[in-house]
Amino acid sequence: MNAQPYENGDYFALQPLQPLEIERGERLLYRLTEFGRILWEVGIDVGPRKTLDLAETLDYIDITSKEDFYNTLKCSLLGKHEQEPVFNQMFLYYWYMRDRQDKKTGNAPGAAKRDERQMRLPPSELKRLAEHLNAPAEQHKNLRAEMRESERRRRIDEFLDEDNDDDSSTPQGTAYSAIEVLRKKDFESFTWDEVQEAKKLMAEMRWRLGQRPTHRKKPARRGSYPDMRRIVRRNLKYGAELLELTWRRIKYKPRPLVIICDISGSMSLYSRLLLHFIHTISNGLMNVEAFVFGTRLTRVTRQLKRRDVDDAVRDVSKSVQDWSGGTRIGDALHYFNWKWAKRVLGRGAVVLIISDGWDRGDASVLEVEMDRLQHSCHRLIWLNPLLGSPDYRPLTIGMKTALPFIDDFLPAHNLDSLISLGNLLGEIDDSRPVRSAATRRKAVAEWSKPKVYV
Amino acid sequence: MDQEQLTTIEDVQRAMFAQRYIADRSLATAVFLALKRRKPLLLEGEPGVGKTEIAKVLAAILDTKLIRLQCYEGIDVSTAVYEWNYTRQMLHIRLMEAGGANHQEELKEIFGPDFLIERPLLQAIDPANTQAPVLLIDELDRSDEEFEAYLLELLSDFQITIPEIGTISAKETPIVIITSNRTREIHDALRRRCLYYWIDFPTLEKEYSIVLARMPDVPERLAKQVCTFVRELRSADLFKAPGIAETLDWISSLLALNQLELVEGSVRDTLGALLKYQDDVLKVGGSELNKMLKKAQGVS
Repeated sequence: MNAQPYENGDYFALQPLQPLEIERGERLLYRLTEFGRILWEVGIDVGPRKTLDLAETLDYIDITSKEDFYNTLKCSLLGKHEQEPVFNQMFLYYWYMRDRQDKKTGNAPGAAKRDERQMRLPPSELKRLAEHLNAPAEQHKNLRAEMRESERRRRIDEFLDEDNDDDSSTPQGTAYSAIEVLRKKDFESFTWDEVQEAKKLMAEMRWRLGQRPTHRKKPARRGSYPDMRRIVRRNLKYGAELLELTWRRIKYKPRPLVIICDISGSMSLYSRLLLHFIHTISNGLMNVEAFVFGTRLTRVTRQLKRRDVDDAVRDVSKSVQDWSGGTRIGDALHYFNWKWAKRVLGRGAVVLIISDGWDRGDASVLEVEMDRLQHSCHRLIWLNPLLGSPDYRPLTIGMKTALPFIDDFLPAHNLDSLISLGNLLGEIDDSRPVRSAATRRKAVAEWSKPKVYV
Repeated sequence: MDQEQLTTIEDVQRAMFAQRYIADRSLATAVFLALKRRKPLLLEGEPGVGKTEIAKVLAAILDTKLIRLQCYEGIDVSTAVYEWNYTRQMLHIRLMEAGGANHQEELKEIFGPDFLIERPLLQAIDPANTQAPVLLIDELDRSDEEFEAYLLELLSDFQITIPEIGTISAKETPIVIITSNRTREIHDALRRRCLYYWIDFPTLEKEYSIVLARMPDVPERLAKQVCTFVRELRSADLFKAPGIAETLDWISSLLALNQLELVEGSVRDTLGALLKYQDDVLKVGGSELNKMLKKAQGVS
């Protein structure tokens, strides 16, 4: 089963190999530490304690057997099945390939070290440092270039014009709060400065998610379950009479939140800001899982856990391969239901899908998967950035197919809409949303009507 | 068997085989290290690949007690570790009052070991255990984070503090097997304390030998066909792929129907033993079933 971790052929047969016997003693410990360090750099949680522990563990096995050595390292250092491919790669690199490279070029284990040193400063820090040192004018140019990246190609010129316009007419004399304007403005027409301002505002938002009753109880002044342990203790002083009663009540906890965000081409004007938004949510709440999709689904929870929002977003874009490509919502949701639903949708999760509903996939797939998704979560909320414009009606096939399975259909085009989303999340309670056929029909009719947007 | 007798990885593998558990070398290594280093072994994998079985097999090999703690949402100290026997305590207080005995002495007794109900975790570290028991913490992912945090202390020091009595620590460190189905992520802090092993679906050959080991009286032809068919099923895009437990289940249902090889009719009738979701049954039930059957019938 796992004995042969590498798809084609046996790794252990790679020649020439350095005999592991001579690695015993201090040198082995040194190498283990170095290996641990490399694993740590690639994101596998290995601390010095684990390494020391491993060194002790190795006493029990015959380390001249490559297979046993590999198995032992794997079960001691690795803690997650997903990281197995990375571990295998690093194992191969460190214990086999690197030595051979070193021998060839004749330099000691320096190659990896040099890399490490470069990694020391997080890129965002470097960038910030550079920003700090650069002249303001130059900085602006750089940033505009960055902005351009996130835009659709064909809109570049248009966008730059707009940007210039805004520059010349900076609202210095505006009478009322600039923040008010910003909150109502569509993300689509944000300038770079406004993006920065919006980021700041988002970071200040406080998130609260509806609570669910758990199966645990905690001591309370009033409650519906007797706290026998405390009752006995308290009443000892009265002898055998139970005079004081103490209680326990059900403990409440915030629900988990799962965000599935569309990052395909049609969403590209929004996706970066929305990622910032997801970052603030996932750092503000306990249980948040985040996924992005275009034609395929990628889990980005770990990447977004990084403190710094720029680092996080950069990590996300690195791990996503289908940025600004086509959309196949049905397939992405199928993959989600199949691979992730069991793992992240327990405990009454709330699911947030952010997409404009432009779908190039099969509508029947989407229908089946939306149905299944709605059944396995407590509340299914769909955020559509296009819903912000007054004449938008959900008429695309994708959106039409998905509508009957949505509990809440909300806009996500400006800061105000995100704030009202926050309010909605806070209000989610135990009661299941009504999902009868009649209610669905009514809701769909309501959402499909042309409306006056204020 | 005594633990000292298991001195090499091969020994473990052989002993497990004697208990009709086919383990490959990497799994045997993990079990061997868990025994030697007395570290908890965290097993993950799809349902029905034999995670829980390992604990049972280990207990049988070492000829020791198996203490099982089935986790569920809301499990807490009073159901997992210990609870005071309140009824008895109260009765005792009544008796004390009636008898007018020395209160100070008796009061101490009320919170003594006599009134304590031991739950699985406390049983596992009971100093009275002459032989290290196997402690199976099953489906840890079902419990809440709070309980997981509580386990951290137990798993690193193997001791439990009861305020009224004091600290109880194990004389014989139990062998701890933790299983998880990944319905929730187990926290890194717990992972760090454990050896980790992912049990995958078996290869065709391995599954065949498992079937033969578990059910020696199954006709070879049927066993081969079933394993091939199940492998085909696993490669289909199903919501829940069948595990080894389902394979064995299916074979015993086929045997109950006196089948000597796979025939379409009986396969359709017994598909429920393999597939547990209606969507999956519908998906496989069509023309695909015949294709898979043809493939399976091809081997003999």
